[in-house]
Amino acid sequence: MRQIPWARIAVSIFFVGLLATPAVMRWRLAQRTLAAHSTLDRQAALARHGFYLEEVSHAAGIDFVHQAPTLDAKLNPIMPEVASMGASVSIVDFDRDGWPDIYVTNSAEGSKNHLYRNMHDGTFKDVAEELGVADVNQPGTGVSMGAVWGDYDNDGYEDLFLIKWGRPELFHNDHGHGFTRVSEKAGLPPWINANTAVWFDYDGDGLLDLFVGGYYPEDVDLWHLKNTRMMPDSFEYAKNGGRKYLFHNLGNGKFEEISAKVGIDSRRWALAASAADLRGTGHPDLFIANDYGVSELYLNDGKRFHEAGQQTGVGFAPKSGMNVAFGDILNDGHFAVYVSNISENGALIQGNNLWVPKEGAPANTVSFENLARDMGVELGGWSFGAQFGDLNNDGTLDLYLTNGYVSLDRTRSYWYDFTKIAGGNSSIIGDARDWPAMDGRSLSGYQQKHVWLNDGAGRFVDVAQAVGVTDTYDGRAVAMADLWNRGVLDVVVANQRGPLLLYKNTVAPGNHWIEFNLRGVKSNRSAIGAEVELRWNDQKQIQEVSGGSGFSAQNDRRLHFGLGKNVQLKSAVIHWPSGKVQTMDSLIPDKLYTIEEPQ
Amino acid sequence: MSQPTTESKMPPTEPTSSPLFRGWTPVSSRLNPYLPPIFITLILLIGHLSFGILESYQKTILAIVSAMACELVLSRLLLHKWPNLASSYITGISVGILLRSPGYWPYVVCALLSITSKYVLRVNGRHLFNPSNFGICAMLFLASDAVATLSIQWGNNLVAMAVIWVLGSLIIWRARRFHICATYVASFLLLSVVRAWITGDPWLSEVSPITGPEYQLFIFFMITDPKTTVRSKWGQCVVAFLVALAEMFFRLGQSIYAPLYALFFVGPAAIAVEMWINSRQSASGAHKAIAQPSHVQP
Repeated sequence: MRQIPWARIAVSIFFVGLLATPAVMRWRLAQRTLAAHSTLDRQAALARHGFYLEEVSHAAGIDFVHQAPTLDAKLNPIMPEVASMGASVSIVDFDRDGWPDIYVTNSAEGSKNHLYRNMHDGTFKDVAEELGVADVNQPGTGVSMGAVWGDYDNDGYEDLFLIKWGRPELFHNDHGHGFTRVSEKAGLPPWINANTAVWFDYDGDGLLDLFVGGYYPEDVDLWHLKNTRMMPDSFEYAKNGGRKYLFHNLGNGKFEEISAKVGIDSRRWALAASAADLRGTGHPDLFIANDYGVSELYLNDGKRFHEAGQQTGVGFAPKSGMNVAFGDILNDGHFAVYVSNISENGALIQGNNLWVPKEGAPANTVSFENLARDMGVELGGWSFGAQFGDLNNDGTLDLYLTNGYVSLDRTRSYWYDFTKIAGGNSSIIGDARDWPAMDGRSLSGYQQKHVWLNDGAGRFVDVAQAVGVTDTYDGRAVAMADLWNRGVLDVVVANQRGPLLLYKNTVAPGNHWIEFNLRGVKSNRSAIGAEVELRWNDQKQIQEVSGGSGFSAQNDRRLHFGLGKNVQLKSAVIHWPSGKVQTMDSLIPDKLYTIEEPQ
Repeated sequence: MSQPTTESKMPPTEPTSSPLFRGWTPVSSRLNPYLPPIFITLILLIGHLSFGILESYQKTILAIVSAMACELVLSRLLLHKWPNLASSYITGISVGILLRSPGYWPYVVCALLSITSKYVLRVNGRHLFNPSNFGICAMLFLASDAVATLSIQWGNNLVAMAVIWVLGSLIIWRARRFHICATYVASFLLLSVVRAWITGDPWLSEVSPITGPEYQLFIFFMITDPKTTVRSKWGQCVVAFLVALAEMFFRLGQSIYAPLYALFFVGPAAIAVEMWINSRQSASGAHKAIAQPSHVQP
């Protein structure tokens, strides 16, 4: 009698089980993301998630559509890809009327930037032209890529640094009545191809310094190319990008470029940067997300920077970094860092990074682990700008991510050709002539956005569709602000070749909030770098005033804390950049506190 | 699929999944079992220490350990013998290098699939698929939302790439399988001209993929695998060309993983054809032997 081969049958069943495993994992993921794909009406969303976002740009008087740059004709075959950035948004109260205003950049030669003044009645009015910050994209001077605001001369009014592929511009704010161009006087170089800049006081002298991260090399004029060898020489290890600048504020309206002197020396392709005190040293550290390579973390000892990307864990795996946002997502008094990358099913799965500090690190050190997958914020398509903010005022920071690279023909994709060239040697990938023509094809276009709601227990759940975020534009920059002083965070999104979107937030009644508007005295007037540690009930959360974060974006300087229900506020401890520590008790919720640094 | 009893046709002590065990001199024969693992480990170390190509150490180690553990268990279970683990080490390390996923589970599943396929997908005692090629293709077919493959180059430093090409070629030459690599590379370059002519894309963009590390692993470790290639030299050249040809059609269809898919389909088909030819020849030989018994019985 023939013996039954039990062992072989068992192995065959095991083999079939292995083949079925991906389907099981996909089903589990689908179950987890079910909420992301179901739309709800306003009332249902309020009941289920505690907030609803309604796009109101037109009703608010904003009908801005971003225009992309048109570069040298030699780049025509891949123009949509190389001219794929420039849409940005920054929030500033430029006239100090207590209402956040909005500045947005345009990127076609001759196009105008817009400064939307908050009219206090739910609408905005463009005043860029009359105040002198509109016509900044003239031929020969390059075009805008972003803007960051900081009061570099401590006169109480936020000044404007314009990030460009071209001539960088610094505009002095003349007490809210106009702007004066002071770029040459400040000592800025004639040309930088940058996509990111950050205001921060790196040495604690009370004057805001300025970091600018180059993308393309500064000797490249993208409108008059000498040759087409201006592309990255590697998809993941490129070091032929633009240089980095640290402009030290000398206090007399002039800046001195000191990057090499203080240890910042990199030619990676920087796309996003932000600064925060990640180690509790009192000095802001600088985090740079690089395209085509690893992220860099420059630890600041107050005088010099030490690159510690590998040492801290964030500079190990090369990806396509496009965002830097800090958030105390676990309410434990430590900042996590969100870096966006590329994920496209069947082509490239980099996954976004959520760098969470490991526990038990020795004093003045930090080490991160990537918990993006565990916490559910890993896959976001071709991700760009993201920001943390408590969108439903429940006391935990949520995460808004926009995405989408090039949306052209919906039916034809450029992904195959993109991977074909991306895998090649530097001599091939580095020359735009070698790149296959896009021919109107999309590259990760028409993507759904992500609004990840923090459940407070270590998981984020995507509720974008349910809470009204249904657009599929090529999103670039995200900024958050309480635009209408209602105690809720609204969201502004800048889209490449698309409209500026204003998502007005409605939060279900019951959850409380508190906001802080800080003004430095010994510290820089903008209070950039000031950190508030708020304690309520059994919760603790830190937030820091930022001089630029996300991708080509800047949130409102005012800090917004959601508090949830049944609030017992205990204290707010403010760590000023000067080193002063101010403790405030007897706070009451649902109030904006304007606090000046004590003498 | 064959019965496990036919497994005895697999040489028990030969770490079999590389050509490097053949054609080596007797003096160095004791080192032979360790050369392929050493070579692929060298690739990994050069790639990672120079450019950090690994997703993470943990994931690569996970793939290696999973593959070796699986080999150990299945060999004991089905063959009742202790396996040489060099082959599974190579499979695991190939998975660790080639597979890209933010998650951990794909590395485990892919490594297990690769090894298990050797024991399940068999005909007349011979496994049809290159193990890591099968595992990775299966993951790409079934889990495209969770995995991709290595699609990057060795940075902007030509030295690392040159070292691997030269070292790999020398070893393959000694192993008398250089003709497979040479045929494939020549076919790829020739057909890149055809592809460029058809698509209108720059020729260098068609050449571009072969300059990446994915192809180095593909050429030195997948298409030369003696267990999953045909036996005759001319047949191996034909198969190498057919892989390149199939890859061209996959590429014209804009398949990102064209070389892996080409080998996935051409490799087993070539072995099946060879087995069919061999069976016909055997039958014919037996028929002749029966018809002319005096020739074999003096």
